[in-house]
Amino acid sequence: MNPAVGLVAFLAVSITTAVIGFYGLRISRTTGDFYVASRTVPPWWNASAIGGEYLSAASFLGVAGLILLSGTDALWFPVGYTAGYLMLLLFVAAPLRRSGAYTIPDFTEARLDSRMVRRVTSLVVVAVGWLYIVPQLHGAALTIRITTGLPSWVGSTAVVLVVCVTVVAGGMRSITFVQAFQYWLKLTALAVPVIFVLLVLAGNDTPHQAQLPVNPTGQPATSAYQNISLMVALLFGTLGLPHVLVRFYTNPDGQSARRTTLIVLGLLSVFYLFPTLSGAVGRIFAPELAQSGQADALVLLLPGKLVGGTAGELLSALVVAGAFAAFLSTTSGLVVSLSGVISQDLFGGSVRGFRLAALLAAVVPLGFAFTTDTLALAGSVGLVFAFTASTICPVLLLGIWWRGLTDAGAIAGMVTGALLCGGAMVIGTVMGQGNAPAWLAQPAAWTVPAAFAVTVAVSVWTKNRVPASVNRVMSRLHVPERPVATER
Amino acid sequence: MPDSPLFTAAAIAVIVLAVAVVVGVGLKVIRSFRDLGTDAERATYNTLHAASRAGQHLRGGLHAAGAAKASRQLRMLLGCDALAITDTDSVLAWDGVAEELRPSLMRLASDVLATGRTAVVPHAGPPAPAKSEHGHHEFSAVIAPIRAGSKVVGSVAALAPAAGAGLVRATSEVADWIAAQLELAELEASRTLLMEAEVRALRAQISPHFIYNSLNAIASFINTDPARARELVVEFADFTRYSFRRHGDFTTVAEELRCIDRYLLLERARFGERVQVSLRIAPEVLSTVIPFLSLQPLVENAVRHGLEAKEGPGHITICANDSGAFAEVTIEDDGVGMDPEHLRSVLAGHTDGEHVGLRNVDARLRQVYGDEHGLVIETAPGEGTLITMRVPKSQPGHDA
Repeated sequence: MNPAVGLVAFLAVSITTAVIGFYGLRISRTTGDFYVASRTVPPWWNASAIGGEYLSAASFLGVAGLILLSGTDALWFPVGYTAGYLMLLLFVAAPLRRSGAYTIPDFTEARLDSRMVRRVTSLVVVAVGWLYIVPQLHGAALTIRITTGLPSWVGSTAVVLVVCVTVVAGGMRSITFVQAFQYWLKLTALAVPVIFVLLVLAGNDTPHQAQLPVNPTGQPATSAYQNISLMVALLFGTLGLPHVLVRFYTNPDGQSARRTTLIVLGLLSVFYLFPTLSGAVGRIFAPELAQSGQADALVLLLPGKLVGGTAGELLSALVVAGAFAAFLSTTSGLVVSLSGVISQDLFGGSVRGFRLAALLAAVVPLGFAFTTDTLALAGSVGLVFAFTASTICPVLLLGIWWRGLTDAGAIAGMVTGALLCGGAMVIGTVMGQGNAPAWLAQPAAWTVPAAFAVTVAVSVWTKNRVPASVNRVMSRLHVPERPVATER
Repeated sequence: MPDSPLFTAAAIAVIVLAVAVVVGVGLKVIRSFRDLGTDAERATYNTLHAASRAGQHLRGGLHAAGAAKASRQLRMLLGCDALAITDTDSVLAWDGVAEELRPSLMRLASDVLATGRTAVVPHAGPPAPAKSEHGHHEFSAVIAPIRAGSKVVGSVAALAPAAGAGLVRATSEVADWIAAQLELAELEASRTLLMEAEVRALRAQISPHFIYNSLNAIASFINTDPARARELVVEFADFTRYSFRRHGDFTTVAEELRCIDRYLLLERARFGERVQVSLRIAPEVLSTVIPFLSLQPLVENAVRHGLEAKEGPGHITICANDSGAFAEVTIEDDGVGMDPEHLRSVLAGHTDGEHVGLRNVDARLRQVYGDEHGLVIETAPGEGTLITMRVPKSQPGHDA
């Protein structure tokens, strides 16, 4: 592939992101537009922003790569990523919107009336955020390496630089617009090449696929346990993702938070059609990528391989742009919400503290990304979800729906989940991939129930620690808002 | 995926956690072995430490949760086998052995609660044959009243095999100490009430000038442009409905902006095109909770003191930005500006009259969010004014 194509695409996306971030708000409005301004962002717009922030490297590159590797089993990933939103819609979106808390530590502190719980939650949130940024940087490293031939570190460093500069310079002031733009960019960048490839294939109608083996890559099928465990991780993990929660505050009330989530479900469903198609096409026409260990690069290489010529180059540029949109949007969303948490708990919430925290939030995962190397993006993001599901999710769900939760229970549950899930990840590493038994490779199916059980048991045991404010907080979470005073 | 970053990251996290635990435990152990002075010094320290820890728990008043935590410390302080804290009609906390006596304690304490005098009950509780078989000796109880002012609000009961004069004296001292803590709690509560009352007293009101000017402006349209006049009257009604509303001390940025819109519409009736306004509002902060009528006075100040005195058209820019855990609202005008020294004395409350709205908003912000969240005002004569307001986005305690 022509190296210039990748570079140009990367620069274009970075600059557009920065420009929208800086100037998205700078449209001066006269008073006549006051009503427009004071009406909050419409659910459509907001849903696009959530989609933009949510669709990470794992969705953009990883899903297609995994389908190439393991076929239909990989379909559980897009199903899980999307269905997690159903859980969010049913159990979390509206009550959390009403709680008035902007971060998960804010929520747990308000709900359980305890500074200690806040600190533990902050630690967990920062850990989750860092773990989640690492695969994004790996995606960037892979993309730069494949498309320009530059060394891997250039890609991850470039993403961290762009994110740091925009966040520190205050360029994420209109983050909703940036993220919404990124969603549509990502969708276009995946959909257009796939449609082109399909058209070309339909025009050629040369290969006769009937003879192709059902499993061209020779990967073993995953067991039912692994699939169930993965679903548990993805369904419950989505509930606790720090950067997604903040988006609901752009909705004026709980009801529109629900509507937004519903639209997100639709947007995600549409989006996942395309990596799936890509993966399927790749499985038939480019199975050799699986052998060479470049499965995650499938989406990037497919247009060049099957379309070719200038059209192929242009399509590749589009895909690269989409991929960087994915890395930038997810990373900047995470960095912004992490620096909020870090600056509040560490630097007392000053503007300078926020900048320092932003650097900290972006540079630490960069260090992780340098010292490690991964090839399966979807898998590693799946593990982050497992970790979130075992730590934040029990506290969040029980905090919203169970009056009996206590601070001791919440801390015990988070620590148990973190130790069990983290431990399983570590032991799994030591044993090496492939040697580790399924219950270590996909720990969510037992760590999530364990974390729930410990949280409930300790809470029941320390019944006298139920905060005095529980009635007030619960009614705030669950009683619908006063209708906004109607206009005339 | 042979060595995924997550695995490494998780490994590092677990190692860091383990090191932290080891270091924490180590420090504790080392500290306990360190030389901490003579026995007397240590005893003083232990007593005061237990008392101050128990005090923290009682600072919220006489409640079951706080009493339970405090009773543990107090029992260690008294060195008795069981310690109970009651209010006037139930046992709030019981720490230590013989909890089966809990139901009968109120009966024993009723005398103390009625007379307000410390009592010693030699044979507390019914002789429990089943228990005594297992070697449980009977307890004596010292019950001392907790007096707040002239009223008895509860009692402390210390149970020990033998109630000597020492325990009696110590128990009454503990009861008095608890009473002192409760008085502190009351002080705290009244301080909170005072603060709330102050906030309520500071609650902004729309200025009488504005009402007078608006009505005059509307009057001038009644003959020339009745439709416009009617429209303005309706706007005026809506504006006053918002400003005079009774419920809640907080509102959202969005509602406050709506109020500013009405305000400017009415001002425009008077000033015509001399007042130009532009807005840059990040949608993320529209739902942020802010004190009721905290932006409108700032805009009114910009119009009244910035643009009114200026020749030619003036421009006001209102921005609201998302800044981490905070929302930042700025209001800028290119009017005549102010003398910073004069402004300082106004904000400090030394000068009356002008800029009362600014001072009121500043005082309320400081009252609600703390001193570091007061208004930041950048101005100089002839240079316009820039007012910045920074409030935390997360305010679970405040309902809009």
